[in-house]
Amino acid sequence: MDLKLKALTKSLWVFHAACSPCNNCDIEILDLLTPRYDVERFGIALVGSVRHADVLLVTGVPNYKTKEILKTLYSQAPQPCLVVAVGNCACGRMMFKDSYNSPCAVDELVPVSAYIPGCPPKPEAMIAGVVKLIQKVRGKK
Amino acid sequence: MSHKVVVPIGPYHPLQEEPEYFRLYVEGEKVVDIDIVIGYMHRGIEELSEHKHFDQIPFLVERICGICSTSHPFAYVNAVEDLIKITIPERALYIRTIIAEMERIHSHLLWLGLAGHFIGYNTVWMWSWRYREPVLDMFEMITGNRNHYAMMKVGGVRRDIKDEDVPILKKTLDDLVPAVDMFKGAVMDDPVIKARLKGIGILTKQQAIDWAVVGPTARASGINIDVRKDDPYGAYDKVSWNVIVEEDGDIFAKTKVRILEMYESIRIIRECLDKMPKGPIDFDVKDIPPGEGIGRVEAPRGECFHYVKSDGTNRPIRHKIRAPSYMNVASNKIAAVGGTISDATITLAAVDPCYCCTERLTVLDKHSNKNIMNGWDLIRLSQEKTEKLRNSIK
Ligand code: SF4
Repeated sequence: MDLKLKALTKSLWVFHAACSPCNNCDIEILDLLTPRYDVERFGIALVGSVRHADVLLVTGVPNYKTKEILKTLYSQAPQPCLVVAVGNCACGRMMFKDSYNSPCAVDELVPVSAYIPGCPPKPEAMIAGVVKLIQKVRGKK
Repeated sequence: MSHKVVVPIGPYHPLQEEPEYFRLYVEGEKVVDIDIVIGYMHRGIEELSEHKHFDQIPFLVERICGICSTSHPFAYVNAVEDLIKITIPERALYIRTIIAEMERIHSHLLWLGLAGHFIGYNTVWMWSWRYREPVLDMFEMITGNRNHYAMMKVGGVRRDIKDEDVPILKKTLDDLVPAVDMFKGAVMDDPVIKARLKGIGILTKQQAIDWAVVGPTARASGINIDVRKDDPYGAYDKVSWNVIVEEDGDIFAKTKVRILEMYESIRIIRECLDKMPKGPIDFDVKDIPPGEGIGRVEAPRGECFHYVKSDGTNRPIRHKIRAPSYMNVASNKIAAVGGTISDATITLAAVDPCYCCTERLTVLDKHSNKNIMNGWDLIRLSQEKTEKLRNSIK
């Protein structure tokens, strides 16, 4: 494992982009930071700007307004930037795929590295997802 | 010389969890005007709902908002039941009320936490979200999910509250009361929070009426409105509780209303658990006749309104939704203009006693390995410290 990879996966800083979700996935993401789950002890911290982030967490079904913003956000992130789609909405648009304001899914806009399904996924599921992502990036099974 | 500067907040801003865009026009530190741009969350739910079966819509409207994920289905089933004119089994009414009130508790705790986060007081955030977890556990016990409970259905509820669960629910509520007490103490007596919230963002009674605000926002400005009392639904007319009204209209009053409402919610849930009759939990609805119906529900943020029109097929031909925030957001224009843009880093918060640390710290006797100070002792200590601090400020 080279140094860059080691540094990247040691403590993931995440930026959370809400692309018209119902809010619940976002709340569960915040819930991860609060005392019961407290992912900061694993070095995972939420940052205020995508320019500081290693991981972009995307929730919701992008609409016409957020679609362009998501692309911009991804282009502003330092590479390599891992994208995690949190929730059924981000994974596959769920019941919103027929909506007039849902032009495309998240993975048609940005390359997604991990999908965490659930509506909303339980915080445990999110932790498990991130652990799997780290293992994948490090090239382990 | 007056020089207007535009300070953009959003759409993706560290302070916000959801994308909205506020354009603040400032002169020096003073906010002189504000523009609010929304629409980042629009998913066309009303239109989607016109393509779904009546029984599928509760799942859809539940996903309008993750925090009020009972209020919308509740208002929707009220509207459809108003349309078909049925009375639903009494047990279902009680279960609906219990779920709606549990939601109010979790939502108010969530708000309290975020409010703390916004004034740079993350301790409040951590604490209130910690005490929100047991409420989510109760949800998980009853409905099988932490959020998006899928309890409402036209004619009743989907899941029953099991008799063996009732003592556990009551116990959790009992444990919640000291926590809310602690919050009441911590938030209402905290000098820093007072300094940050008192007299800030005032919405007078007249302004509140003019801008037609609803829910806790209106009740904090001295307007006594609450759909639960004014137009009772569910089992609200069968239990005793009070509407909390405050006069000041500032952010402190809004916080106070929300904290005190949690006590009322706990009271309602307790009474419902006691009074809940045995019996069926749903009424088999065969078909929906042509007609129209309305449903109103007091969501944690205010009145939530649904209108459903049916032409006798299995889908509504019109479904109109009005969420409480739609009314409340606009009043920001009054409340924010004239204030200052407060810095994210608050110098005052630096002297604050930290509640968050208490949870991770235990004091052990070196020889016997006994715990000589628990979390509550530390809270008491920090409260004493706050008291000293308050006296020194006076
Ligand atoms: S997956 Fe579910 S909880 Fe998450 S944003 Fe979509 S509807 Fe909301």
